[in-house]
Amino acid sequence: MTVTSPLAADERDVLLSGWGRTAPSGARLLAPRSAEDIRETISVAGPRGVLARGLGRSYGDAAQSGGATVFDMTNLHSFDLDLTAGTVTADAGASVDELLRSIVPAGFFVPVTAGTRFVTVGGAIAADIHGKNHHVEGSFGAHVISMRVVDGQGEILELRGDDPATSDMFWATVGGMGLTGVIVEATFRLLAIETAQMSVDTVRCHDLDEVMTRMIEGDDDYRYSVAWIDSVATSGRGVLTRGDHASMDQFHGAKKSAPLDYDTTSLPSAPAFLPGGLLNTATVRAFNEAWFRKAPKDKQAELHSIPAFFHPLDGVKDWNRIYGPQGFLQYQFVVPDAAGWLVERTLSRLRDVGAPSFLTVLKRFGPANPGPLSFPQPGWTLAADVPAANERLGPVLDELDELVAAEGGRLYLAKDSRQSPAMLAQTYPRLGEWQAVRDRMDPRGVFTSDLGRRLSL
Amino acid sequence: MNDALGEVQSVLVLGGSSEIAGATIEALPRNRLRRVVLAGRQSPALEDAAMHLGNIGIPTVEVAAFDATDTESHGAFVDEVFDHSDIDLVILAFGVLGDQQEAEADPAQAVHIATVNYTGAVSVGLHVARRLRQQGHGNLVVLSSVAGDRARRSNYVYGSTKAGLDAFAQGLGDALAGSGASVLVVRPGMVRTRMSQGLPEAPMTTDPDVVGRAIVQGLRKGKHTIYAPGPLRFLMGAVKTVPRPVFRKLPQ
Repeated sequence: MTVTSPLAADERDVLLSGWGRTAPSGARLLAPRSAEDIRETISVAGPRGVLARGLGRSYGDAAQSGGATVFDMTNLHSFDLDLTAGTVTADAGASVDELLRSIVPAGFFVPVTAGTRFVTVGGAIAADIHGKNHHVEGSFGAHVISMRVVDGQGEILELRGDDPATSDMFWATVGGMGLTGVIVEATFRLLAIETAQMSVDTVRCHDLDEVMTRMIEGDDDYRYSVAWIDSVATSGRGVLTRGDHASMDQFHGAKKSAPLDYDTTSLPSAPAFLPGGLLNTATVRAFNEAWFRKAPKDKQAELHSIPAFFHPLDGVKDWNRIYGPQGFLQYQFVVPDAAGWLVERTLSRLRDVGAPSFLTVLKRFGPANPGPLSFPQPGWTLAADVPAANERLGPVLDELDELVAAEGGRLYLAKDSRQSPAMLAQTYPRLGEWQAVRDRMDPRGVFTSDLGRRLSL
Repeated sequence: MNDALGEVQSVLVLGGSSEIAGATIEALPRNRLRRVVLAGRQSPALEDAAMHLGNIGIPTVEVAAFDATDTESHGAFVDEVFDHSDIDLVILAFGVLGDQQEAEADPAQAVHIATVNYTGAVSVGLHVARRLRQQGHGNLVVLSSVAGDRARRSNYVYGSTKAGLDAFAQGLGDALAGSGASVLVVRPGMVRTRMSQGLPEAPMTTDPDVVGRAIVQGLRKGKHTIYAPGPLRFLMGAVKTVPRPVFRKLPQ
């Protein structure tokens, strides 16, 4: 599975930051050639520790660690597909992009995908990523059968969620942000699909109430559901897109002979609207207007490609650079249904300080999984992209944090780059339980990250 | 750790009773600050500064004995501070103005000014840089002065130490490029502090809080050099072009 090589692993000094390009730190980047390289490095790790990094799509400081040795896991990316069992066993560095190119033509899909396919399996587990199907199928960790993890002593552990001897370590690693060990391999269940097309219902909603009401009433009828919200318009108008993988019956058109053809080059038209220069309220307004207008008013069972439906921004290379040198952050919270008013409050407060979100996504979550640091819990989750250069942003986000915490909500660690340690401790009440398992897996404190230091994890 | 919005959690002030350093800490967004170490010689001013920071709600304020002239002790001192936790922001704020006439009459006094302002700063600055490089993040703010931009008859001993410190800090910043750590060189004009008490005010004389806010702004924007107040940059640009025979005759 892992590729071994007699050569020493590549090492170099680099500056690392997250997708938001804020607060970079210097580290030694090492591309391991095998799990053995990882074990050896861990056993001789210095006081600054080690951390695994995938494709760097977490927005904040989760996949960086100042002064540490950071493993570039993308070097280890083999995987084996088990067609009979409908599972895949993948190296941690294998990306969802690579997996989809192989498994879609074979009639399978990943159980959960984020808004980008450029995430690794290890990162998907460590952040316990969610997708448009969370309300039905939960987050990524729920579909993992087993994983191999190198712990803080350099030992390889076989963790299973259904094995009482290892399930606490398994669930501490799911959503554990890479701080319990280095995931080197995982086996997880896939979803069988008949075609590589999505059957999508789209509806434009004229205000936020309509969006939220339709989601509450109708989401259960769909495997996938997400709403895009116009953050500039005070109405909170939005576009609700929901659907499922198209069956053979629904599939039509010229490609009848090859229903599982997977083509990532067929991009949606949306990215053409991305403004080129500096983002400001005017360009954000124009973008949001265009995004709203391009959506059909009300259309049923329209066929979309997988990239168009799941990964529209992946077609725009380095879109994170549009925010300029000071970068951006994504504010993503989840709050229980009763606190749905926080969606409107958040959007209006961001407008108040001149930081309307460029891209705003609203979704409903289903039940949580047993991971003590796993983010999703039932309710509403809102994700808003805002520029870090805005000087009035900090106090407003702190104010929103307080409301989120008071309502029993919390922030997503894979997006966070600014919450306080107190906020984290208050909103993840099982932090102590997670720390106890982490301390057992890593008694020397080898696994470090800037996020871990910032939040006193 | 610094966060995405430039807030810091831990600060080390070398020259802990410095009013400019105190004003800088007050200008920082306060709700992430967890630890401030004020390093300096025992003095009521140092205790007062620590008390004040405690009063404004900073959870941990430590006072640590530090002597800029005792360069042998600097390595161990810096290690002790950094071993306890990462330091996000170091403010190198110590310095003496001295008395130009006395320094000319008694070169030992000039040597003392040079030892504190330059030698001591070089020594502790290099130790701090070593630890910032190791931790892969953090900012070092160095309080230089416009007095270093151009030597003046009336305070060239002090001015020369700041010129040396300024050049050192610039080079140190270049040496740290790519490490995750960085250096911000601050060139204030005359600031109303204990140091300048009783002296006639120069043009653009300002207050510590103005300098503190300028430093916080500069850090947030990732600047390498700032003047405080900002327009001094242009004044000093002009001053530097005045021919020496003319400059010598200007009121100092």
